[in-house]
Amino acid sequence: MTLFPLILLAFGLALIGWLVARARAARLQSSGRERLHSLPGQHGWYVAMWIAAPTLIFIAFWSWLSPALVVDAVLATPEAAQLPAAGFERQAILGEARALAGTEGLGAFNPLAETLAPAFEVYIARYAWIGTGIAVLLAFAGGAYAFTRIAPAFRARTQVERGVMLMLLVASLIAILTTLGIFLSLLFESARFFSIVSITDFLFGTVWSPQVISERDPGATLGAVPLFWGTFFIGAVIAMAVAIPLGLMSAIYLTQYAAPAVRRWMKPLLEILAGVPTVVYGYFAALTVGPALRDFAALLGFPYASSESALAAGLVMGVMIIPFVSSMADDSIAAVPTSMRDGSLAMGATTSETIGRVLLPAALPGVVAGILLAVSRAIGETMIVVMAASGAANITLNPMESATTVTKQIVDLLTGEAEFDSPKTLAAFALGLTLFVITFLLNIVALRVVKRYREAYE
Amino acid sequence: MTDNSLPATKMSARDVHVYYGATHAIKGVSIDVDQENVTAFIGPSGCGKSTFLRTLNRMNDTIPIARVEGDITLDGENIYSPAMDVVQLRARVGMVFQKPNPFPKSIYENVAYGPRIHGLAPVKSDMDRVVEQSLRRAGLWEEVKDRLHDSGTALSGGQQQRLCIARAIAVDPEVILMDEPCSALDPIATAKIEELIHELRGRYAIVIVTHNMQQAARVSQRTAFFHLGHLVEYGVTSDIFTNPRQERTKDYITGRYG
Repeated sequence: MTLFPLILLAFGLALIGWLVARARAARLQSSGRERLHSLPGQHGWYVAMWIAAPTLIFIAFWSWLSPALVVDAVLATPEAAQLPAAGFERQAILGEARALAGTEGLGAFNPLAETLAPAFEVYIARYAWIGTGIAVLLAFAGGAYAFTRIAPAFRARTQVERGVMLMLLVASLIAILTTLGIFLSLLFESARFFSIVSITDFLFGTVWSPQVISERDPGATLGAVPLFWGTFFIGAVIAMAVAIPLGLMSAIYLTQYAAPAVRRWMKPLLEILAGVPTVVYGYFAALTVGPALRDFAALLGFPYASSESALAAGLVMGVMIIPFVSSMADDSIAAVPTSMRDGSLAMGATTSETIGRVLLPAALPGVVAGILLAVSRAIGETMIVVMAASGAANITLNPMESATTVTKQIVDLLTGEAEFDSPKTLAAFALGLTLFVITFLLNIVALRVVKRYREAYE
Repeated sequence: MTDNSLPATKMSARDVHVYYGATHAIKGVSIDVDQENVTAFIGPSGCGKSTFLRTLNRMNDTIPIARVEGDITLDGENIYSPAMDVVQLRARVGMVFQKPNPFPKSIYENVAYGPRIHGLAPVKSDMDRVVEQSLRRAGLWEEVKDRLHDSGTALSGGQQQRLCIARAIAVDPEVILMDEPCSALDPIATAKIEELIHELRGRYAIVIVTHNMQQAARVSQRTAFFHLGHLVEYGVTSDIFTNPRQERTKDYITGRYG
């Protein structure tokens, strides 16, 4: 049996177990000699859990293990003796044979695959039945164990509670483990990269030119400094120069000046900005803002301004993250107790004096945290820079010049046709890892700031 | 009123109505607050005494749905007239709130806040003097003189409330409004604030809202009893407590409701 029906079977058996156990507990209850500790339904859930959990765990394990068992079995057949000893071709033939198994009339690319296909068909079916058998056996074993424990004094309620807790724990672990997995995969690929290129060349080199990588010294043209400078310049300087003042001022207007009716429609409108797909911002930057800036620069007397300027990408990115800054600032200004505001107003301060001297200083940690989160969002942003920024890795302070970012280069490196283990491709992972570490640290700092802020006011 | 010598009227309200949206919170209140005495507003929760207090320095302006009708004057000037600058008004009529609300700044900066906004002490030495004087009048100087640059929020509740009083005094107001200033404090801190009110009496016209009748009897010379948005009775404190003219006042004072 394949995976999906097998899972269905596990849930079906669990349902039967639930019904039977509940009926049994209900009968115990109605016989009435002793009061049941738990409700009949809870006994039902207890049995259902004991059926579903071991079976599902086994199914997960089996779907991981059985393909290897099938291949081993196929390799033991006499036909497999003709397979090439190792390497790419052997894997290709095995893969094709597996794909052919169970299909009729499809021509094979490799004749050997055709001879192996029947063996695959046989063994896949055999192991599927073995798996199903063990799954059903486990379901019955678990169900029987749980069923025998049904008794008036049995604390099914507590056990079910524990089961629920475990399930929730597993759910949260999956998210954490995924992050860890992503990090580890980045780490392994980066380790391969750093075995070719020295870590100091990569982190401190000032020349980035992956098109020309010399065999003898690949690190010479894989220096990441221009990329991180470009990322910092576009994401943390230009974008923030747009997002911080605009975000902060709109938050102040919305919390302190806007009439409730105005706030009611203006805040959602502002939040729509956060819902615009970044690719839309990307072509807005590339097709509208970039050329407009170039023409404007030409008007001012800079005839060689590029339409792929750092400024265009940075400006649009800044607009994109306005909602991040403004909603965090909004929340933290609103969290300053009204009594502070009243206290200041009652001293004869105007609204803007109150904001500048009392509300903003009190809300500052929250505002800073919002800005840090916005920065980490901006430097991880890809689509806008892919579309609007150029690939030229310059270390420049001139916003009209082109600059490139880490994310843009990762895309360029991986969309090329380079081999997967060349330093050029592997450099993408090293860049990704470095970026990951930076945004991770930024997030930690931001969360700590927020936490300290909460302690101060609650 | 049984008192024959009528002291100078500082603030005067005539037929004041306050609405919160559709709610009619204050219904035709007329009252004179005089310069020499402490005036207490008493009444059960929700009777409108705090709302009325907040009309006296236009703090109700900060609530968008609040609307005030009627005349309120300060030294004969209508405080709701367009000619009145609310910033000036609040500098003349200071306020102390129910919950101590020092700013998250140093003790010194809390007191210096008002003078700084109004430009009262442009030179540092002047400011130092204003801060010291205000803290002395608020009875806090001896306790904090060695740590003026510590945070105001690190003080105890009672000290915070006296800091707020010092902050209000620092701009040299004519009237100080106190909105249940002791309701968040323990009995010892309360006693200190009450003592302070005695000391401040005469220098500032003081209006205090309280739901504690013993407190009203202890600190005030005039008492106004509010009920359901009406000013039921207003007079000399001792008369109100010993010989109320209105049945409702008597019922409240003897604890029938409240």
